[in-house]
Amino acid sequence: MNKSIPLTTASPPGPRDNNSRFDVNDLRSQFPILERRIQGHPLAYLDNAATSQKPRAVIDCIQRYYLHTNANVHRGVYQLSEEATRAYETSRDKVQQFINARERAEIIFVKGTTEAINLVAHSYAKPLLRPGDEILISTMEHHSNIVPWQIICNQTGAQLRVIPISDVGEIDMQAFGALLSPTCRMLSLTHVSNTLGTITPIKQMISRAHQHGIPVLIDGAQAVPHLTVDVQALDADFYAFSGHKVYGPTGTGVLYGKREILEQMQPYQGGGDMISQVTFEHTEYNELPYRFEAGTPNIAGVVGLGCALDYIQAIGLAQIGRHEQALLAYASEALSAIEGLRLIGTASDKAGILSFVMDAAHAHDISTVLDQAGVAIRAGHHCTMPLMSRLGVAATARASLALYNNQADIDALVAGLHEVNRIFK
Amino acid sequence: MNQELRELYQEVIIDHGRHPRNFKVLEDYTHSQKGYNPLCGDRLQLFLRIPPGPQPVIEAASFQGEGCAISMASASLLTESLKGKTPEDAKVLFQQFHQLLTGDHNCTGPDLGKLEVLTGVRAFPTRIKCATLAWHTLLGALDQGETKPDNWVSTE
Repeated sequence: MNKSIPLTTASPPGPRDNNSRFDVNDLRSQFPILERRIQGHPLAYLDNAATSQKPRAVIDCIQRYYLHTNANVHRGVYQLSEEATRAYETSRDKVQQFINARERAEIIFVKGTTEAINLVAHSYAKPLLRPGDEILISTMEHHSNIVPWQIICNQTGAQLRVIPISDVGEIDMQAFGALLSPTCRMLSLTHVSNTLGTITPIKQMISRAHQHGIPVLIDGAQAVPHLTVDVQALDADFYAFSGHKVYGPTGTGVLYGKREILEQMQPYQGGGDMISQVTFEHTEYNELPYRFEAGTPNIAGVVGLGCALDYIQAIGLAQIGRHEQALLAYASEALSAIEGLRLIGTASDKAGILSFVMDAAHAHDISTVLDQAGVAIRAGHHCTMPLMSRLGVAATARASLALYNNQADIDALVAGLHEVNRIFK
Repeated sequence: MNQELRELYQEVIIDHGRHPRNFKVLEDYTHSQKGYNPLCGDRLQLFLRIPPGPQPVIEAASFQGEGCAISMASASLLTESLKGKTPEDAKVLFQQFHQLLTGDHNCTGPDLGKLEVLTGVRAFPTRIKCATLAWHTLLGALDQGETKPDNWVSTE
């Protein structure tokens, strides 16, 4: 059983910021997909907010797991199962260390940020909510941090309240303060806007919410690839992120929750690993975190996620952040010089995301023209339709950066945008 | 610009995308339908005037909305091609147009006249929904007896 498996010590923590030289070309060579040519051009992959590419280290790690270790976890009384369990649980230790959680039991593996938010909405918030209670979110939320709350509001009679933002895409802190009412039961916020790149001042907001006794969930899907996250320093009650945006596999994700809160919560799904004893009359639930991990998990994925976290920690998030900020500055200046182009989202504190519209062409046409030059961006509403409505645009084109992007990628983007102007003006 | 892009964004498409014809609310319209592509946020509303009679004919068609060059041009060209057609003819045209965009690249389809400028979309599967949004909306408008005009027709 899981409790009896002797776990190996997690890998030594990767440096949060090592001092080795950040060589983007060397890093690029570690991502096999970047060798591809698209429409005869080198791939300039600038849709990292949707999903990141995977380094060979992660791909090899998953392959190695299937070649040598594959077995189910927490069940088998044989060597392979023990090894698989150890590999899976070692990833939990790596996640704990990565976000500086107090203990490993606070790390729940889920299939992604969306499932994590749904888990909290259904297992934590729903049983507490009464008609007239409020759930507070911001205008910049992804649909996955809107719809789960709407569903439980519909089921309980609670109401969704929305913190407004300024025209440049920053939280209206005065309005936020006014919305912290005695009937507010939950604050759920994006750490970094996937559409605008805005970095939300979550530490300050969590502190203010806690002064009113309001628990806070942070959607960190767009933050963890770019920023150092310390859930204890932030004092977040819940923190959610996805593996695939942080150079790990799809179908993996993490919900962090404070132990004292997780212990109050009922399981989200039943079956498999979440039980300790079942009779037809009664079920005793397993201890944390297994109580929330029903069924056979994405074991290879979780192992790959652990490798991805090792990978970026070996580079250093501070180094990655500096590289992306420099590239963001370079790209912002280059894009601003393009005729008829307007950047959407110019918060003073933002991550490497450039959303824009052009007078000459719709975002979809921009994307098609860029694709012909090997440049992959996103076009559309980015699953933030209420935000699009607030900004008064139907769609934007969005270039989003990762550690392996370089100036050549931005130059290809800029050349493609000049081509857009040539075709459509 | 490469050959595929050149075929996609022919001058006629760019012209109709930039200056869509019949871009207005039709006076005395008898049918109206909203269409929506949730993938990209494109939306439009189509208006038809089909005076009742023993052999109804589409007397006029118009639309309003916002979207990419392909969806705007397709809607514009659609409204131009509907005039004088019976609702049944229009449904046949829908089928032919759909075949043009999704059929075998080498097949020779029926002569769709000016609509054939949209053939270039075949090389861009992700853009077929853009080109067919107005056309799905047309079907919704023609079947309006069975649907509520305020419901959205979706490409999804």
